[in-house]
Amino acid sequence: MEHYISLIVKAIFVENMALAFFLGMCTFLAISKKIEAATGLGIAVVVVLTVTVPVNNLLYNSILREGALDWAGLPNVDLSFLGLLTYIGVIAALVQIMEMVLDKYIPALYAALGVFLPLITVNCAILGASLFMVERDYTFGESVVYGFGAGVGWALAIIALAGIREKLKYSDVPEGLRGLGITFITVGLMSLGFMSFSGISL
Amino acid sequence: MADASAKQVLFEPIFSNNPIALQILGICSALAVTTSMNVTIVMCLAVIAVTAFSNLAVSLVRAQIPASIRIIVQMTIIASLVIVVDQILKAYAYEISKQLSVFVGLIITNCIVMGRAEGFAMKNGPYLSFLDGIGNGLGYSVLLLFVAFFRELLGAGSLFGVTLLPTVNEGGWYIPNGLLLLPPSAFFIIGLAIWGLRVWKPEQVEEADYKMSRHTAKEAF
Repeated sequence: MEHYISLIVKAIFVENMALAFFLGMCTFLAISKKIEAATGLGIAVVVVLTVTVPVNNLLYNSILREGALDWAGLPNVDLSFLGLLTYIGVIAALVQIMEMVLDKYIPALYAALGVFLPLITVNCAILGASLFMVERDYTFGESVVYGFGAGVGWALAIIALAGIREKLKYSDVPEGLRGLGITFITVGLMSLGFMSFSGISL
Repeated sequence: MADASAKQVLFEPIFSNNPIALQILGICSALAVTTSMNVTIVMCLAVIAVTAFSNLAVSLVRAQIPASIRIIVQMTIIASLVIVVDQILKAYAYEISKQLSVFVGLIITNCIVMGRAEGFAMKNGPYLSFLDGIGNGLGYSVLLLFVAFFRELLGAGSLFGVTLLPTVNEGGWYIPNGLLLLPPSAFFIIGLAIWGLRVWKPEQVEEADYKMSRHTAKEAF
């Protein structure tokens, strides 16, 4: 249990997807002007990450990994080079399925997430989490916890940035720095703040 | 942009319509790989190759792709190209591919590649699309190399691994700025680069959402 708690804290704060690894930056910067939109996107990312990372973990361990096809009589087959294609396919398919399920059973949440669900397919944080999972060799249980933690960390970062940007629009920013420029610098400062967690080893 | 000249398509994205500074595309992988010039150049070459060839491939089959599944088709093309690049890097530049770790794989979700495939290659012929891919790849590279130049020179006192400013640790005079090797510095450098670019090309300045009214002396009295 302790192991999982430290993993989740690490995923949320120490190795924050957005502020320590710069993943999902495009959507992070594009959709952080309003807190409501940022919250919707954040929740969608948490849900998608919690589902896709464990699914990719199962696929990797039972099919792609070197020697994983032992049960089929192919002990020497190493399909790990197909990893990238598989993960992105799984992500695209799961997002599509989730969209249909939400539309049918939880229309309120579906309406709230709106355009953000399809956008998530191309969010690097999702693919990045799967790749990190493979690189660090997580077990199934760890991958569930890691997926959830990484999602929460990302959501936390985008909601915080949206909060700052909502106030920032009333400030008198030099012309050339307006918009994207000042946002970059704000994110830099936030990332500097999150670095204070980096000394923590759990 | 149906009749845009080849030259325009190739050079426009470098400064006037830079994918990172103006279109907010492809920032994801831009920042983590810029601590040294060597790694950055390899990353840039990989991105240029993937963007150019994916544009070419998407443009060649654009008439055959049904609109409803186009995203998945584009994804598959891009992912296949990235796998090729990844395997080549692992075979010929293993050290650098280790340092790039997951970021080569993340080229798949690099919005530049998807964005150009969707926004340009679906509407234009193969030749122009190929040039557009190279142009956008170059625009990305220019900014990345700019960031990497400052980070490596001021952070480690070297360029391409060759020491230019001998650091104090090695008996020289230069006290390296450690902050530049840490992630946040990339944000500051890109933010300042955007500022510089917009001062040079004022038409890129964004409209303010909210204008502050001028200070007037009248109210005070």
